[in-house]
Amino acid sequence: MTYQLETAQHPEKLRRVAIDPVSRVEGHGKVTILLDDQNKVHQVRLHIVEFRGFEKFIQGRPYWEVPVMVQRLCGICPVSHHLAASKALDVIVGAKRLTPTAEKLRRLMHYGQMLQSHALHFFHLCSPDLLFGFDSDITKRNIVGVAAAHPEIAKRGVLLRKFGQEVIRVTAGKRVHGTGAVPGGVNKSLTIAERDELLKDIYHIVQWSRDAVHLIQKVHIQDPGLYNSFGIFRSNFMSIVGHNGDLDFYHGTLRARDDNGKLIFDGVDYQQYDKYIEEEVRPWSYMKFPFFKSIGKEHGWYKVGPLARVQNCDQISTPFAEHERKEFVDYAGGTPMHAPLAYHWTRMIEMLHAAEVIKDLLHDDDLLSDDRMVEGERQMEGVGVIEAPRGTLFHHYRVDENDLITMANLIVSTTNNNQAMNEAVRHVARRYLNGREVTEGLLNHIEVAIRAFDPCLSCATHALGKMPLAVELVDPEGNIVHSLSRS
Amino acid sequence: MTAPLVAFAVGNPSRGDDAIGPVICGRLAKWLENQNLTDRVELIEDFQLNVEHALDLQGRELALFIDAGENTPAPFIFEQIFPSTAASYTTHALPPQAVLQVYRQMEGTEPPPSFVLCVRGEGFELGAEMTPAALGGVDAAMTLLERLVTKPTLADWRA
Repeated sequence: MTYQLETAQHPEKLRRVAIDPVSRVEGHGKVTILLDDQNKVHQVRLHIVEFRGFEKFIQGRPYWEVPVMVQRLCGICPVSHHLAASKALDVIVGAKRLTPTAEKLRRLMHYGQMLQSHALHFFHLCSPDLLFGFDSDITKRNIVGVAAAHPEIAKRGVLLRKFGQEVIRVTAGKRVHGTGAVPGGVNKSLTIAERDELLKDIYHIVQWSRDAVHLIQKVHIQDPGLYNSFGIFRSNFMSIVGHNGDLDFYHGTLRARDDNGKLIFDGVDYQQYDKYIEEEVRPWSYMKFPFFKSIGKEHGWYKVGPLARVQNCDQISTPFAEHERKEFVDYAGGTPMHAPLAYHWTRMIEMLHAAEVIKDLLHDDDLLSDDRMVEGERQMEGVGVIEAPRGTLFHHYRVDENDLITMANLIVSTTNNNQAMNEAVRHVARRYLNGREVTEGLLNHIEVAIRAFDPCLSCATHALGKMPLAVELVDPEGNIVHSLSRS
Repeated sequence: MTAPLVAFAVGNPSRGDDAIGPVICGRLAKWLENQNLTDRVELIEDFQLNVEHALDLQGRELALFIDAGENTPAPFIFEQIFPSTAASYTTHALPPQAVLQVYRQMEGTEPPPSFVLCVRGEGFELGAEMTPAALGGVDAAMTLLERLVTKPTLADWRA
């Protein structure tokens, strides 16, 4: 856990390889690799533009607008921001404990989000790499290629995502810009017809999710040399855990472990998160680098997301997912697995858990009740934390007497994983780019490492005409020696 | 009953001219209501196109993808598009041609005749208002859309 390769001693003597933007991740990112005259990797950095602007955008707005506004942060997981903001504002309105109906409806919405996001990520972002190989034909290594070669897998991916979005639609009220969660509860219950419509498909969804776990497990186990070592680095890890240490995406307390699995802290009320976590600013990146205060910035960084969550919890409450968790833990040999490609395996375990929870919730009549809102003593400050698909997500707000937001601080999952992603890219660059020609296959190895974390690059903008990928090799004087682009 | 025409309007209302799609979607919805033509068109607004939109193509006679464009001709492009793998590389936000291709691969049949209406945008900053040029492009696009919806046939759209 060091900053090795992050900063070169004499960068003016080095050549610069820029990969800009990183493809198949939302928005724009850039990887810069400084090489010396012998093509040895000296410095590697992953640059991501963070949405600090959004925090200012929110300031001055009435707090009740925030759960809707924040959905525009991300076109892929708007529900996570919607719910994290709502949880923070629950504190503001004094809603210490939601009604069972409100909590279960929010949970249903969130687990629908996890299902659809994980399905999208696995089947349409990563399965091309996993099914075709990292060096395969670039024109086929995409979802269209998957659909052509494995139509049933591709179709299941589409239907899993569609189901998750239907869950979101019936709980949030709309397919996008939903308003289901409001400070203190929810504004809509499920109708019997909506519940029954979802029940028709849920058993297929659970089975397809089980199949997906077995698919990635098989891919992983067949090539342990690659999957257990690609881009590997050791780190601390963190997530929220629920009651009794259960895997919980919606609510719980903060738990962190070191790279050997030893507890760093546990049972932490996330209202106190800033006593445990600090964000470091580095001059070369817009994105901050969080770390555990008790350890310090050099060794206190951590990873979040599926690989952290599945290994941080004590058990999973649903039977199929718990069985798969045990299989994963057994495979890892009783110590934490740190291989970035294991994110995919754990992501599918989580998708299965989400499907099972949705199935259970759909049989709970609390979803149909009109007992949706609570309120209490008004507060001036609140923190909401949720486990978003990509990892722990913090929303922290202060409001004034006029109900206007005066401060907003968001630590998104990708920020929590910032140092971890940098480490993975450095390891891959050192392994695959040192002294070699820059090829599509080599570049994709870097992208494979980044995609394992599924970074959200904060864009939520999609305009036709953007260039998805450009690569430049630049000498110390800034001259472009070689360039490569994909369109 | 499935509307014969599906129109996808794509963009983020909080990012300047990326709002072109949602703004057109809102204006078109009002116009359809005033003209009593809501049965003719299903409007689908989203931040980004993605794989599941292929399912929304089922049972349609025509499909239209409305989006902002960056560095595209002003005020807009309107043209027929076809399934393509060449245009597709990203999967977080698929281009319309890739959505058609996913439909073709999933359903084993050709997607409905499809067109893209791409209105040029000038700025996409968070919190920015739409630019006057983009608003002018929206006005021009609405004139075209009213004509297209009034005559929803492939021959008329190709003319």
